[in-house]
Amino acid sequence: MRRIIGVLLLLAVAGLAVFWVLTRPAPLGSDAIAGRSGDSARGALVFHAGGCASCHAAPGARDEAKLVMAGGRRFESPFGTFVAPNISPDPEHGIGDWSTLDLVNAMLRGVSPSGAHYYPAFPYTSYARASVQDAVDLKAYLDTLPADATPNAPHELGFPFNIRRTLGVWKALFADDGWIVPDAGLSEAALRGRYLVEGLGHCGECHTPRNALGGPDRAAWLAGAPNPTGQGTIPDLRPGALTWSEGEIVEYLTSGFTPEYNTAGGEMAEVVENMAQLPAPDREAIAAYLKALPAAE
Amino acid sequence: MTISKLLTATVLGGAITAGAAFAAGPAENAIKARKAAMQLYAFNLGQLGAMAKAEAAYDAAAASAAASNLVALASLDQSALWPEGSDSLSAENTRALPDLWENLPDVMQKSQEMISAAEAMETAAGTDLAALQEAMKALGGACGACHKPYRAPD
Repeated sequence: MRRIIGVLLLLAVAGLAVFWVLTRPAPLGSDAIAGRSGDSARGALVFHAGGCASCHAAPGARDEAKLVMAGGRRFESPFGTFVAPNISPDPEHGIGDWSTLDLVNAMLRGVSPSGAHYYPAFPYTSYARASVQDAVDLKAYLDTLPADATPNAPHELGFPFNIRRTLGVWKALFADDGWIVPDAGLSEAALRGRYLVEGLGHCGECHTPRNALGGPDRAAWLAGAPNPTGQGTIPDLRPGALTWSEGEIVEYLTSGFTPEYNTAGGEMAEVVENMAQLPAPDREAIAAYLKALPAAE
Repeated sequence: MTISKLLTATVLGGAITAGAAFAAGPAENAIKARKAAMQLYAFNLGQLGAMAKAEAAYDAAAASAAASNLVALASLDQSALWPEGSDSLSAENTRALPDLWENLPDVMQKSQEMISAAEAMETAAGTDLAALQEAMKALGGACGACHKPYRAPD
């Protein structure tokens, strides 16, 4: 009997060790940023394309306050409620004490400076497709924003979702930084559009349906999904489902007006605000990419 | 109950029901009227948008006229268009959330901003196409400023 218990204990320890190894965070090393310097003007465009303010500004912030990344906005999900952290340059409550490599790893690998996994409510599964240079530029820009001392509130998650280490398994199953739409046949504009949509723009986080574990269904890329708030549906963006012309898509991303002159409401209003800050060719690139998607059946 | 009390109760009950039916009237009419105003917005925005998207030739006079209409629409006194009981939870055929009635100062401020955006378009529309295209952004933003917090999702 004691032998059996001994063997079981050994197996349990071995199992935990395997789990521990499999769920190791995989941050980039300093060679990834060697020789790179950040440009805060380019970083401002990364900030808008990535939509940082939409999640990290204080709830209800308007105008200049939208550049204060105080955090606090709450995001309800089937796994619990996530609370956006303070990413202002405050050294104690924000990320003022982060190195450039810290920010690169947060965005591209979903790993914190202390080596913990982030929850994918932070859309690093999309940001993983952004370039290291864009993340370096973003750090330069974030450092110019006002510091704010709002302390971070913890996420409100039940067991087992409150065990961060399990995200190593989630990442192994669902995080894939390869392009979804292959290179073949994409125009220059559509390639830039792919970079924006699949990467910084993180459009798929809302527009692609997810399975029960919250992993995106890549086979149904941008095919639309139920709205996570519980009300309404997020539209299918594929040709055949989205019948707007490229010009109409560009107008929508610029002013929020649909072809019938209804306006973007809900979360898209914030997306439009961000997209409007980008140069016009970037919005045209997004439209070109959407038109290059495989058609809806 | 005596006959006279029963009679009183019936008449009172009937009056209250009739009154309630009448109360439904103003909400229904207000909802229809404010939706019609939105249609007028869409029509005039459409004139400007067609030029912005190069679907129609830029015409400074037509653009100015459409922009002036937007200023007029934005400046309408709307106090009777949003009666109590005409929100999405109380009435039919409207997506106006109860939050609107709980945040009237914010709604008033956003109405002013709508007028400003329309006035900016009035200036831009007669200037040139590039100015018109730029002013469309502020208009879209002004529309979205209310629709985002106060309109129920599709």
